[in-house]
This record gives sequence, C-alpha cells and structure tokens, in this order.
Amino acid sequence: MLAQFLQFLFSGITVGATYALAALGFTLIYNASQVINFAQGEFIMLGGMLTVFFLASGLPLPFAVILAIVLPAIVGLLIEKFAIEPAKGAETVSLIIITIGAALVIRGLIQVWLGKGTHALPPFSGNEPIHVLGATLLPQSLWVLGVSALVMVALWFFFNRTLFGKAMLATSYNRLAADLVGIDTKHVLTVSFALSGALGALGGILIAPITFTSYDVGIMLGLKGFVAAVVGGLGNGLGAVVGGLLVGIIEALAAGYLSSAYKDAVPFLLILLILFFMPRGLFGAKVTERV
Amino acid sequence: MIAFFRRRHGGLVIVALILALLPLFFQNAYHYDLAIRIAINAVIVLGLNLLIGFAGQISLGHAGFLGIGAYASAILPSHYGWPPLLAMMAGATCAALLAALVARPIFRLKGHYLAMATLGLGVILAIAFKNEASLTGGPDGMAVVPLSLFGYELSGEKKWYALMAVLLLFSLWASTNLIDSPFGRALRALHGSEVAAQVAGVHIVRYKVAIFVLSAVFASLMGSLTAHYVGFVTPNVADFLHSIELVTMVVVGGMASVYGSLVGAALLTALPQALARFEGWETVAFGAILMLFMIFLPRGIVPTLAARFEKGKE
Repeated sequence: MLAQFLQFLFSGITVGATYALAALGFTLIYNASQVINFAQGEFIMLGGMLTVFFLASGLPLPFAVILAIVLPAIVGLLIEKFAIEPAKGAETVSLIIITIGAALVIRGLIQVWLGKGTHALPPFSGNEPIHVLGATLLPQSLWVLGVSALVMVALWFFFNRTLFGKAMLATSYNRLAADLVGIDTKHVLTVSFALSGALGALGGILIAPITFTSYDVGIMLGLKGFVAAVVGGLGNGLGAVVGGLLVGIIEALAAGYLSSAYKDAVPFLLILLILFFMPRGLFGAKVTERV
Repeated sequence: MIAFFRRRHGGLVIVALILALLPLFFQNAYHYDLAIRIAINAVIVLGLNLLIGFAGQISLGHAGFLGIGAYASAILPSHYGWPPLLAMMAGATCAALLAALVARPIFRLKGHYLAMATLGLGVILAIAFKNEASLTGGPDGMAVVPLSLFGYELSGEKKWYALMAVLLLFSLWASTNLIDSPFGRALRALHGSEVAAQVAGVHIVRYKVAIFVLSAVFASLMGSLTAHYVGFVTPNVADFLHSIELVTMVVVGGMASVYGSLVGAALLTALPQALARFEGWETVAFGAILMLFMIFLPRGIVPTLAARFEKGKE
C-alpha cells in the first residue's frame, strides 16, 4: 500500500521536476515580455535529442550535456532577436503564433536532421535501483531531483543577490519604471529567452534516460509545463516550481490509481478545475485593472 | 437595390461569382477536392473569427468542437443506425451544450488564462477520442458512412462543391449581417473595452457565451461535413495542432475581417498541399511562413491591403 503510493510519488516528483523547469522557462519569458513562449517544449526536446546526437558522435557525456544546453540557449536568443523583437507591440495572438511558428521550425529541422526515431539516453550513473520502504527509486531520478534543486537555488540566488537578476525582476514588475532607472530592458528580454532555452533543455536532458526522447516530445511536455506555470499563477517563480511538482505528482497518482490511458488528460483537467475556481492560479496575485 | 449591394453585399456578390466561375478552371478531381477543403475551413474560420477577431476572445481548443461533430457523424450512424442529418444535429447540440457549460467559468478569464482553459478543453477531447477505442476506433480512426439527405446520397466532388459553395455563401451572408446587427455591435464594444461596454448596458457575459456557442456550432457542423466528405475520421481532427492551424488562418487572413477569413483559409489550406513535395521540410516551411506573416503583416492580409488601398485613394 505505502510502497505503491511511494512508487507513484517518486515517479511523479521526477517528472514534475522537468515540468517545473519548463514552467520556470515560461515564467521567465512571461515576466520579461508578457509573451507565452509555445516553443518552450521544443527546448526540452532539443536538450534530449542533441545529447543523444552528441553522444552518438563520440563526445563524452559532460561535453554532450553542456553543448545540448548551450545550443538551445542560443536558439532561444535567436528567436528573441529575430522573431519577437521585430514584432514589438503586436497583439497577444500574433505573438503566440510567432512562437508556435518557431516551435514548428525547430521540430521540423530536428525531424529532417535526426529522423523520426525514438531514442533513449543511457542513465548518468547506472541502472541499479535503490530500495526505499519497498518502493524503488532509479538513480536517474536522484539526478533529476538533485540537479533541479541546485538550479532552483542558483536561480533564487541570481534573482535575489545579483544586480542583473534584480534588474530582471524589476523589469517584470514594471517595464517602464525599469527603463527609467536605467535598466537595459531589451537586454533583459534577450537573456530571459536564452535562460529559458537552457532551463528547458536541462529538463529534457535529465528526463531523457527515463522517458525516452524523439523529435515530437516537445508538444506535450511544453503544454504540461505551461499548465504547471498557470497552476502556480503565471509569472510567479515559486508558483512555477510548486505547480510543476504538483502537476507531476497528480498525474502519476491518477495514472496509477485511476487510468493510465487518461494520464495525459489529467494535467489539463486539473488546470480547468483550478481556473474555474481560482482564476489566477494557486499563487497568482490579485490584479486590479485600470480602465 | 444598388445601394443594398454597395452597402454590405458587394463582396458577397463577387465571392458568389468566383465560386460559380471557378469550376470552369478546374481540370481534375484534385482541384475540386482542394476547393471543398478550403470552403469547409473557411466556414469554420468565419465562426472562429467572430469569436477571436470581433469579440476579442481567444480559443486554442476549437478543433475539439470539430471533433465532436466529426465523431457524432461517425459513431451515431454506424453504431446506432441514426440518419446522418440527425447525427449531425446531435453533434452540434452536444458541442453547443459543452460550449455553454464551460463558457461561463472560462470567460471570466482573460488573455493567457483563457488561452490555457480552451487549450485544455481541446486536449482533453482529443485524448478522449483516442482512448475510447470501442466507440471511436482509437488512434486508427473509423470509417464514416456517406452523407445522405432524405434518401438522396451526396457523392462525387461536383455535388460536394455545390453544397459547400452554397454553405459558404450563406455563412458569409450571415456573418456580415450579424456583425452589422446590435449583437455584432455589442461584440465589438466588449472587444474595445469590457467595462465601457458594460456601462453602456451590454450584458458582456451573455454575449461572450453566445458567440462562443455559435462558433462551436459552426465548427461542429463543419466537423460532421468533413467526416462525411472524407469518409474517415481520426483523432487528429481534434488535435491541438489543428486548433492552432485554425487560429492561424484567422490571424493570417486578418482578425475582424470577414473576407480575411476566406483568404486565410484558402492560403493555409493550399499551402501545406503545395509544401508537401518538399518532403520532410514542410513543417519547417510552414513554421517559417507563419513567423514571417506575423512579423511583417501582424494585422493580417486583408486589413493590411485594405488600409493600403484607402491610403492610395486619398
């Protein structure tokens, strides 16, 4: 009984950590530009697929991982420079479509370049499961949780203790005011796209040994990351992390106890319920709109 | 009479002429097929444009309603022996009820939250179609009986073209009239400013729900027709990407532009077909074209051209 519950919980937290990283990516970009980046899922896919490719071409794992994080960050930067910036001031729908266009381009290129096959990454440190109270925990899950936790601490430090992080926060609170006190808000925008590219890719790399990867995994992972970001209240960093873990855990529990066929529907059902009853997510701020 | 045409229906007459003359240029069944698909999409996009362009409410899950119609027309006649027309009506009623049910809580939301809620609804429907294999045939889909009206079976490209041409003209006429009615003015008012509209006595929730239901019914009916026309339905019809395609047609053609819906549907239905020969690269090209359109023509083709034309006249 307990063992089974723990088992579901472990897998939920593991996947949830990936959702949390994706949700943080959504949050970063949303805060800097009010844009929902529908290409976020493709960053996750890029992370996994690029690592597979670099490993196959003979690079050692650490280099492959670093390259597979840096390249998506550059892709994020390019999207911002060449697609988001020129469309300044466009309507929300137009911006959403631009990011969807970017997602299609990325997915298409990977499909042409690396094919439609499904790939698995070898686990970073062996496959010997660890037994905890009757449930088993894969070493890769520890990697996922450990690295995600590290990244979150680093992000917290970045936003609260460094000048540039504070500048990014200031921009998210009030862009005009940030401009006026001399913050280069354009630069902030570019950095947030690069950072979300890196965060998404990292999540994709960490989870690839457990869930496999292929050119089209980005759609679902990205949408679930978006769900996680909205669950936590769009724009709230802590909310994104809690939302990600929550979505992962509820999904795993529902898959285990209710129906595994409807596993993918669970996050979306959850978000509908939350939006019906708490229209701004769990941690969303109350907003009064000026007319 | 002349004033009547000039005021509202000039464009309608031109479209009617084009629809009547087009078959003269069709050389094979493929051309008919493309025209029929464009007409089907154009009607869906007209409905969606009323919601997105005129009322300013986004829906990223519209393909879900298409799926309801398509599967109603697939399941009810072949499993339960319903006549196709009745099945189509049942599908539309189902879509309308679901839309009305979720609209109230959904339309308290704005912007990205609204996008998320409609997206979620669409994804759930798509997953349900995929999973209820005993009814829907699962991911492989299922065959659909041909469309028959009172014992008369509709088959062949020419008859379908005629049917769709008439339906398209009717929807165009209905949409232009709707936009010029008090209902349409109310929609535009709440797009401009919800508070101002409310102050002026527009019951904004009622209007939002009404237009959402209407566009869902448009989508469901067209889903039914698509299913009958193709003779087969798969869960892809309700896919997230299909919803996105529809929204893209609205935006590329021009938000809040009736004829923009036509142009957007025509362009984005023909484009993937034209790109299909670049095997493997079609996704890349489609994505790139979307981005270019949104960057350089963010207001859509028809409104941009119209603005340019107005400027030239001055």
